[in-house]
Amino acid sequence: MCECAPTPTPTPVFAFPSFYRILRNGMQKRLLLNSTHLDITIRRLCWQLIENHDDFSNSAIIGLQPRGILLARRIHSSLKEITSLSSILYGELDITFYRDDFRRRGIEPPSKTSMDFSLENKKVILVDDVLFTGRTVRAGMDAMLDFGRPSKVELMVLVNRRYSRHVPIEADYIGIHVDTISSEKVRVKWKEENEEDGIWLFTDENNKQE
Amino acid sequence: MTTLSTKHLLGIKDLKLDDIRLILSTAANFKEVLSRPIKKVPSLRDVTIANLFFENSTRTRLSFELAERRLSADVINFTASSSSVSKGETLIDTVNNILAMKVDIIVMRHPNAGAAEFLSRYVNAQIVNAGDGPHEHPTQALLDAFSIQEKFGDVKGLKVAIVGDILHSRVALSNILCLQKLGAEVMVCGPSTLLPKHINSLGVKVSNNLREALEWCDVANMLRIQLERQDIRYFPSLREYIQLFGLNMEILSSLSKKITIMHPGPINRGVEITSEVADSDQSIILSQVENGVAVRMAVLYLLAGRTAE
Repeated sequence: MCECAPTPTPTPVFAFPSFYRILRNGMQKRLLLNSTHLDITIRRLCWQLIENHDDFSNSAIIGLQPRGILLARRIHSSLKEITSLSSILYGELDITFYRDDFRRRGIEPPSKTSMDFSLENKKVILVDDVLFTGRTVRAGMDAMLDFGRPSKVELMVLVNRRYSRHVPIEADYIGIHVDTISSEKVRVKWKEENEEDGIWLFTDENNKQE
Repeated sequence: MTTLSTKHLLGIKDLKLDDIRLILSTAANFKEVLSRPIKKVPSLRDVTIANLFFENSTRTRLSFELAERRLSADVINFTASSSSVSKGETLIDTVNNILAMKVDIIVMRHPNAGAAEFLSRYVNAQIVNAGDGPHEHPTQALLDAFSIQEKFGDVKGLKVAIVGDILHSRVALSNILCLQKLGAEVMVCGPSTLLPKHINSLGVKVSNNLREALEWCDVANMLRIQLERQDIRYFPSLREYIQLFGLNMEILSSLSKKITIMHPGPINRGVEITSEVADSDQSIILSQVENGVAVRMAVLYLLAGRTAE
């Protein structure tokens, strides 16, 4: 196993207007990744983790609330299935109280944090669904440090929205790269929420700006 | 709904059911924060809070201060005995001088009913009432509700008896309002002289018999006799009060079901409640204190989050 295995860069998905479905209110949506490809992508991400983390004896997977936990749970269960390991440390972290826009925007209701282990000297993999401005991950790192000092922290995201970062944060494991403008929205849907698995891009035609 | 409908926390009376639910659910999140190795979050980094205590307090003041510090707020403390109030300064002047130092939230305890409401009309800061005379003590009621909810899962449908000096108690009024909003039934119990005349207009049951109240309830909240507020003698002797309204193990174990015992503190051991009862497994007195910090964190967090709107 090589510690420094390079992460292959998947081909970026570009948003071509002809692929859009037009919705009622001027919103258009386009499927970026269907359930079959999402499944393949999750398995690839698992194998990339295995490359770097061996038997996960000193590693912990931390899902960021609220949306990152859905990916993190999938990754965690797929990893256990692939490696036949009985337990891999897994936690869910809410970052609401660490946000940098408190008192600047409305309050978002906090979700549950469940972390029944210390992160002291652990190799932590933070998991979120979409990496956009990077502010959530920044807050997540602050929140994570309240559970101990990890020896290493990595970031896994399913969707990397490029050219939109507000802070210098990049992911170590990436499902797909998407080039978007800020008025567009990327939404990952999961069957756990009674939707079909898939990644969708939403564009508001009335609010389009280059 | 994710924000409070009120700018200040002056009393339970002004809160809607959704507000109470929001505070209780946010408090559950903060309770988890308090179980972490580092029990602190940075939310209120840019907020300054002044604790103004014009009346003695241990629990409430420490609990508020800890809640504020765990939210990373800057805290200044003020107690009346060591201040210019004793030199004749008015409340508004005192507070405006403190506000000139750029304070965002004021937590105030005052011996006069309505002091918090009065202040909220005249000064430009958010006010949290930490007890105003015999009127209201909203954070105590919220933490009591939180503790009951934690123990029973839901407050709705429960029967709660409040026993003791109802007349001088701010905890009683806030608790009655809060528990009723959450769907519980409330009974007050005590000697007739210590029950306000028209208390039944609040929709509570009234009893002068401790055993009757205890047999009826799921939770008994035992209140202290507030001797410092009593201008005349309301009962013949303390010994008689203890015999009629003191909760001891003998009564507690003779009841047909196991009830939960609460006390807002400070306890007068051997008066309203014996040591055995206070320290028994039916008592949740110390978890009330523990929950107080989480509930106050929730209140301050939610109020501070409103200021930007």
